Amino acid sequence: MNNDEDKNNRLISNRTNAIAPSGIRKFFDLLGSIDGVISLGVGEPDYSTPWHIREAAIYSMEKGYTMYTSNSGIPELRQRLAEELKNRYKLEYDWQSELLITVGVSEALDLTMRAVINPGDEVIMTDPAYVAYDASVILSGGIPVRVPTVEEKSFELDAAEVETRITKKTKAILLGYPSNPTGAVMPREKLVKIAEVARKHNVLMIVDEIYSHLVYGMGHTCMATLPDMQYNTILLSGFSKSYAMTGWRVGYAAASKDIIAAMTKIHQYTIMCAPTMAQVAAIEALKSGQDDVMEMVEDYNRRRLVMVNGLREIGLSCFEPKGAFYAFPSIKSSGMSSEEFAEKLLVEEKVAVVPGTAFGKCGEGYIRCCYATSLKEIKEALERMKRFLDRHKA
Amino acid sequence: MLKKILKILEEDSRIAPEQIATMLGISEDEVSSIIKKAEDDGKILKYKTLINWDKVNDEHVWALIEVQVSPQRDTGYDAIAEKIYRFPQARSVYLMSGAYDLAVLVMGKSMHEIADFVGQKLSPIEGVRAAATHFIMKRYKEDGVIMNGPEEVKRQPVIL
Repeated sequence: MNNDEDKNNRLISNRTNAIAPSGIRKFFDLLGSIDGVISLGVGEPDYSTPWHIREAAIYSMEKGYTMYTSNSGIPELRQRLAEELKNRYKLEYDWQSELLITVGVSEALDLTMRAVINPGDEVIMTDPAYVAYDASVILSGGIPVRVPTVEEKSFELDAAEVETRITKKTKAILLGYPSNPTGAVMPREKLVKIAEVARKHNVLMIVDEIYSHLVYGMGHTCMATLPDMQYNTILLSGFSKSYAMTGWRVGYAAASKDIIAAMTKIHQYTIMCAPTMAQVAAIEALKSGQDDVMEMVEDYNRRRLVMVNGLREIGLSCFEPKGAFYAFPSIKSSGMSSEEFAEKLLVEEKVAVVPGTAFGKCGEGYIRCCYATSLKEIKEALERMKRFLDRHKA
Repeated sequence: MLKKILKILEEDSRIAPEQIATMLGISEDEVSSIIKKAEDDGKILKYKTLINWDKVNDEHVWALIEVQVSPQRDTGYDAIAEKIYRFPQARSVYLMSGAYDLAVLVMGKSMHEIADFVGQKLSPIEGVRAAATHFIMKRYKEDGVIMNGPEEVKRQPVIL
């Protein structure tokens, strides 16, 4: 470490320094310097938000809905959300005390950790997992405990493996299924077993179900619907992926009154409220966005099959992802590390993918390929990858 | 499965059966035979290309003609509609509810040509009571496609 770095690190809090810097920063810098890149590295839909949703937000601005909303979110949005959860999952949440509208799941996750974690508390999560899980726990003074999930077991989390990691310090189990980055979905019977472990050891379940609408050929099981789990679960979700609303930043948390009250306390001092126009847009999405979701899911499914088949055809082993919009093929046969593969692929063939290691040590040997991009680009990317693999055949 | 295939073809008729098979998780032969049958049944009528002629400096003129007719015993509007739609100049013909009866979309090389068609061919048809011609000045959107191109994708190239 040189002196400047040392000095800078002393200016920054220990807690922040404890978060590992992104291992792929170099990769990002490289990406910015190359033109004509086909990116499978994105993490959002390629749809713009459906027009009727955008129009509702524009109208609200014309009408002058430009002030703060209630800290917890616009009442109509919470009422409709409660209704949606009831219709979809038969879950009854009191809209006034058990729901909180947040700035995306990102904020909801941060609030959750800050609301429940004491220094030294442990949170069990998968490896690989979405990048913010680990960081949000560390920032709250907790300790992430990673449980490897493997391709051979469809990247599903095994309850027995979770149980062996439970200690007196275990506060929660954090799950993100359908999974970013693997696209894995947890079958109901496996979730039931995890719920049993959580209840037995009196550990909270925190679930990020942002991709719950994006499942293919199977239903989504919400953790909170399992026996006795509603109030032992902090359910986090939002509008970004289902309604193609990533830039609006609207998410929510549903949990027991006490937990929502604690989260709301932090939320009101740090955020005040989610953006008003974005909340109005979310109301419109709940009111009449169901057809949009179905259309998009059908379309993602078609592209999913093209991507997975294509990856297999060019010689990569690829587990069949049943959710989200990612494929997570193994690149072990290339003999390269994930980062090396991603970097060389970018430089030589101008295709951007995300090295699996960005999501944890167990992502080594894998890359994340997002298929929420046009068929034309998927096919072109696959051709370029084939050329790349042929050239680097060991 | 037929509807799923038709939806894909409606969006992109050049897509190969092999690709459709992958997208729907069925065999290529199955896709081909379903398409063949739909063509034979008249469910698929034609594979067309949507062109933005404005960009090709094409001089064609389009008009929407509102036609009022007196329906006839036994055939109603159908016989008169047929007399109109037999003309190749009539690109689309619809029976409408409301203030007029038939909407006829006409294409011609010039305004003059369309005026001649309306005055000499369409209006004299027995049973046609009146025809109001509206020339199309600009095409913004056709068949669900915005003419000046889809929205630009403004995504960040890599998001974790």
